[in-house]
Amino acid sequence: MLRRLSALLFLVLFSAVLLFATADGAWLAKVPASDHQKTNPYESQPDAIAAGRNIFEEHCAKCHGQNAEGVKKRPSLRSERVQRQATEGDLHWLLVNGSMKKGMPPWAKLPDPQIWQLITYLKSLHE
Amino acid sequence: MKAVSFLLLASFAAVATSSAQERPYFVTYSHEMEEPGNLDIELFNAIGKPPNANRFLGSDIEFEYGVKTWWTTEFYMDGQATVNDSTIFTGYRWENRFRPLLREHWINPVIYVEFENTSADKTLREVVGHDGVPDFADPNWLARQDKEREIETKLILGSNYRGWNISENIIAEKNLSNDPWEFGYAWAISRPLKLAASAHKCAFCAERYQAGIEMYGGLGDRYSFGLHQTSQYFGPAINWSAPGNLTLSFSPQFGLNDYSIPRIYRFGISYEIEQFLGIFRGGN
Repeated sequence: MLRRLSALLFLVLFSAVLLFATADGAWLAKVPASDHQKTNPYESQPDAIAAGRNIFEEHCAKCHGQNAEGVKKRPSLRSERVQRQATEGDLHWLLVNGSMKKGMPPWAKLPDPQIWQLITYLKSLHE
Repeated sequence: MKAVSFLLLASFAAVATSSAQERPYFVTYSHEMEEPGNLDIELFNAIGKPPNANRFLGSDIEFEYGVKTWWTTEFYMDGQATVNDSTIFTGYRWENRFRPLLREHWINPVIYVEFENTSADKTLREVVGHDGVPDFADPNWLARQDKEREIETKLILGSNYRGWNISENIIAEKNLSNDPWEFGYAWAISRPLKLAASAHKCAFCAERYQAGIEMYGGLGDRYSFGLHQTSQYFGPAINWSAPGNLTLSFSPQFGLNDYSIPRIYRFGISYEIEQFLGIFRGGN
């Protein structure tokens, strides 16, 4: 009886660990080192921020909110994770690959310069 | 002719009421799926004049919905108008596309499965087997007696590289009656005219246009595989993503052999409703 209870307890704990591992933000751990270190050719450029804002409004605002504050289950892009923890290379990787199990589609259909412009805008939101 | 004019007018009228970053292809599918929750309403038209047959306009209206990031479903209703003949509803199709790999790779496969129930169809949304000019010779009353209940499968392969999109489709189609498997292909390449976005909002900036080329054709059937007595088409394609989720596409396409219609003019209009079901839930 005790053995069964222990097994059950182990299963519950193991499931909880798995659940946390796949929760929002787990994608950060999946970013390859080469992508993590990528640098943004448009970093902090005012024109790129303006262009990125237009791209955001056209493709992202409906799900993430007009000011990137998040809508219902769709996360805020002003969060600590996006603004501080993730490098621009990490965000580039996420935009290209999406997080399809979580409902975030890949945006590889946008040309690379537009993805970097979008990231420039997103990173400007913390200032 | 009146019927053709009416359908043309109806198509242009739809502009006033009616996506963004879509590829300018009419036959070839790219690996890019509809974003989950978005509904794309598309109207595609093909005008052609087969040798020794009447000019026609084939039209279909499509409702494309992103169920999941990896699953897109689409329902079509087809119709056609033929000069000196009639305007008829030609049937419906239901397709599903599945993306098995959940990350972006060099080559991204998508599995396509479609059921169609059509007759006298002239939309030419795919060319398989020995489809060609003789199919357009019969008047509508006769052509529509030939019911096509078919399962169509495609392997869609797509890549994005430095702004270019390269897409290839391998098609296998089976009429549910006792007809053999028919095969076809399509491929296309396109690129936005400008890769970076402009800092100011604009409707006619170069990045809002995509241009490319498209080629497709039949590959015979199980008993006669190859290019003999198949039709083949090639042409440039361009689209414009207007502000407000509206996309207009155009492509003149040219038959490459005597079995093909010499010229087909295609144009399309699509309008994307973002987070469609959210409308009924009050907001997002």
